[in-house]
Amino acid sequence: MHVGLTHYLVVSTILFCIGLYGVLTRRNAVAILMGIELMLNASNINLVAFNRYLAPGAVGGQTFALVIITLAACEAAVGLALVMAAYRSLETIHVDEINVMKW
Amino acid sequence: MNPADLWSIVPELWLTGLAIFLLLVDLFTARKTVVGVVAVIGLLLSIIPTGVLLGQDPRTILAGTYAVDGFAVFFKILTVIATALVTLAAMDWLPGRTQYEGEFYALLVFTAVALILMAASTDIILLALSVEFVSLTSYVLAGYLKGNVKSNEAGVKYFLFGATASAVMLFGFSILYGLTGTTNLYEIARRVSDAPLQALSLSVALMLTGFGFKISMVPFHQWTPDVYEGAPTPVAAYLSVASKAAGFAALVRLLMVVVDPRQLNWVPLLAILAAVSMTLGNLLALPQRNIKRMLAYSSISHAGFLLIGVVAFRGDFGTPGLLIYLLGYTFTQLGAFFVAALIGRQLGTDDIPDYAGLSRRAPVSALLMAVFMLSLTGLPPTSVFVGKFYVLAGAIDNGLLWLAIVGVVNSIISLYYYAGVIRAMYIMPAPSTVPLEEPAALQVALGIAGLGTLIIGLYPQPIIDLARSAVLLLRI
Repeated sequence: MHVGLTHYLVVSTILFCIGLYGVLTRRNAVAILMGIELMLNASNINLVAFNRYLAPGAVGGQTFALVIITLAACEAAVGLALVMAAYRSLETIHVDEINVMKW
Repeated sequence: MNPADLWSIVPELWLTGLAIFLLLVDLFTARKTVVGVVAVIGLLLSIIPTGVLLGQDPRTILAGTYAVDGFAVFFKILTVIATALVTLAAMDWLPGRTQYEGEFYALLVFTAVALILMAASTDIILLALSVEFVSLTSYVLAGYLKGNVKSNEAGVKYFLFGATASAVMLFGFSILYGLTGTTNLYEIARRVSDAPLQALSLSVALMLTGFGFKISMVPFHQWTPDVYEGAPTPVAAYLSVASKAAGFAALVRLLMVVVDPRQLNWVPLLAILAAVSMTLGNLLALPQRNIKRMLAYSSISHAGFLLIGVVAFRGDFGTPGLLIYLLGYTFTQLGAFFVAALIGRQLGTDDIPDYAGLSRRAPVSALLMAVFMLSLTGLPPTSVFVGKFYVLAGAIDNGLLWLAIVGVVNSIISLYYYAGVIRAMYIMPAPSTVPLEEPAALQVALGIAGLGTLIIGLYPQPIIDLARSAVLLLRI
């Protein structure tokens, strides 16, 4: 079977949707973070695949993917730190129990 | 890279150096106020190299990734003013609440750098990077009070909403890259006309999610009240003006440069979102008792007004109106939050009924708060009035009369809850008549915010000229 651009795009779209589904349904803050990572990786697949098939000589897409990988790492670091801080005072990482403020 | 390009990014380099320097100062001094003073002086000094850029020809530098134009310079000035004022306010608000005071100022300056980058990026890689930079520092600032339950919650909520929104936005960027095969905005603009409409619509919708989150536009507004209530008050003030302004800057640059309304008509969608943001923000603000939540919902409503400026991009009212509105709103909103910070500091409460009798206990602050409330309503002679006048004129000019009417009706509704604060301060009986101590730095910040609000309201011509020139330079 010949693997073309469409295959990559289908994979990345599925990955994005799984990530978004995880973000919307999970109650655990760390699990939500994992969903977000999936969504970011979906963009990476997109970028690298587009780079390979549409602009093979350029490196814009690959650079962008590297930047997003770095961003994802920073985001995980900051996010986990915030969740840790919240856990120390609230003793839970379930987002539906982090509800001191309501409208 | 052309070495001469470096001269054009002196403000950014200066601010980055300043932030690192602040961390060093913090290391070697026990008096953290010193760090704040150095931050304010450094920020004000950065106005000088920024002013030099003001008259220069619009161009892109650093291999076409970074714009040097009036638009970018306008947002540099706005960001620096907002950051300096917030730093001043934080100097009186923070002591005793956190042991990491010095780092707070450094983080604020880093955020300022990120916001400036965001307003001037002309490359989607740099844009994505700066949006994330803003987000990461803002998450930390929102959750800055480590032992405080509300601040923790604000940090986590802001992070989860924000990270999701930026992940969606990045997916939109990746599709935009796929449609054009380049990351440069101007190059994208040239190639995007061949792109299939459905894919382009999807990409724009995904990108709108990210920017909609930053500017707290309905339906991406849910985080706003919780984060503003829980975050340290100076941070809430900062998020509500600077981060919103940079979000609008990036949104306008992206929409204006890349998406031609003749190809993909985003005007009706954004017009409806503007109307919904104004109305929903206002209606939800009506029952609020907490001043920070009230200001949060009102900031959603103002995001709607500002969106009118984006929608009414034809003619010479809409986009200049957006810039004037943003600058006027910056002074007014910061001032209102500073009064909230003062009361929160001295009385330990954010509830509007506790503002009773403030006119006698802290007459200057109460008078200024009244001015800010009238300005937020949009009554002359205040700064937001000028902005509202311009964006509404822009809407009519663009044939969106219904949107202008929704705007006027919303201004009238908003008078109810803004006047509620004035009523509490001036009419309701005071529980005690002990005068409130008004700390020096916070007073200075409040005074500048008040002056800014009134001067722009009474003599708007220089700001109008500045905004006009900034818009002319937008499309290189």
